Amino acid sequence: MDLLRLDAAAECSRITGAIRQIVFHELKRKGAVVGVSGGIDSTVVAFLCARALGPERVFALFLPEEDSSPDSLRLGRLVAESLRIRSAVEDVGPLLRAARCYERRDDAIRLAAPEYGAGYKSKIVLPDLLHASGYPIFSVVVQTPAGDTRTVRLSMAAYLGVVAATNFKQRARKMMEYHYADLLQYAVAGTPNRLEYDQGFFVKNGDGAADFKPIAHLYKSQVYRLAEYLGVPEEVRRRKPTTDTYSLEQSQEEFYFTLPLEKMDLCLYGIDHGMTAGELAALVEMKPEQVERVFGMIRSKRRMARYLHAQPMLVQEVSAR
Amino acid sequence: MQIAEQIRAFIAENFLFGPCDELGDNESFLESGILDSTGVLQLVDFLEQAYGVKVEDEELIPDNLDSIEKISAYLERKLHGACAGATPAVQTADAGGRL
Repeated sequence: MDLLRLDAAAECSRITGAIRQIVFHELKRKGAVVGVSGGIDSTVVAFLCARALGPERVFALFLPEEDSSPDSLRLGRLVAESLRIRSAVEDVGPLLRAARCYERRDDAIRLAAPEYGAGYKSKIVLPDLLHASGYPIFSVVVQTPAGDTRTVRLSMAAYLGVVAATNFKQRARKMMEYHYADLLQYAVAGTPNRLEYDQGFFVKNGDGAADFKPIAHLYKSQVYRLAEYLGVPEEVRRRKPTTDTYSLEQSQEEFYFTLPLEKMDLCLYGIDHGMTAGELAALVEMKPEQVERVFGMIRSKRRMARYLHAQPMLVQEVSAR
Repeated sequence: MQIAEQIRAFIAENFLFGPCDELGDNESFLESGILDSTGVLQLVDFLEQAYGVKVEDEELIPDNLDSIEKISAYLERKLHGACAGATPAVQTADAGGRL
């Protein structure tokens, strides 16, 4: 049973029509700026925008910083070349250094791993919750210059310090995207898929900020199907999803979703369509109690995401039409 | 103040921002949405600092921390069981501090 089947041609037509309506008629902007990371989501958004608005009305931005994988820039350029859209590289590293992003992050890591210093690498990870009944508590993995690693549980101060510092990255990138949007009178395209949007896997006023989010309703596996239909380069389609935020390579599973994305897709679909853990278990090849645990995590992350989605709240309704 | 009352005061001050008279001793923090994973971190920091215990990784489970009653029982075991030598250095003044 393919619960997430997608008529790619029809969906592409529906989304491109919506992008034209939103950008030209509702936002009254002349095109779209897309931050292209070389990952599947931002690439699909760039392809959809180029189809909807014309390649001459899409501008791709590559926004590397000190911890970015070189693959991100290389694949981003490949996407821009294959679409024949204009592009620019804006290294946000100096901006982040000026904000003391790296220094603040390293200070926070040292609360857990005092030895952390020059030449070290790091990432933060969640435990494997499918095979344990614990809470999703973050640890930091530190790697010495010699390549030895150790994993240490983070205190609240260390966790918040690392997250607050690294969130500068997404916010610096978004600032640059809006700079180009202002220059060109374009709208900024957001690139979250449904898992990210629903579960709050984004930084408020960072990658969570955008003028439109054309694939926020699509499950990750549906994004891949659309990518194939759109002719996204195979190397991009085969690239493993990564956060590209920490100096050690970090998958989205270990940072946020805690289980493979195709299973996460089905669990999210199941919970939204009233399926029981028992009904879903065979489809995702998990035990019912594991599915129940995932359902609990999904609900918990949704609660946390409310703040991330919330618009500024007013004391009184103000008419601003 | 009994442990259960201290935990209740900590939860009220840090997560409910007001009285929590309606919070039952058995009520699940997760199911009621009172604690998320960051909240658990704050709770653990509080327990370690206020009671002088070390919460081990394998002890970070709902069976130990998901209600006032479960935390009280867990602390009793830590203070009088495996960690019999630990001093219950309760610092109620810090209970509301954001770590």
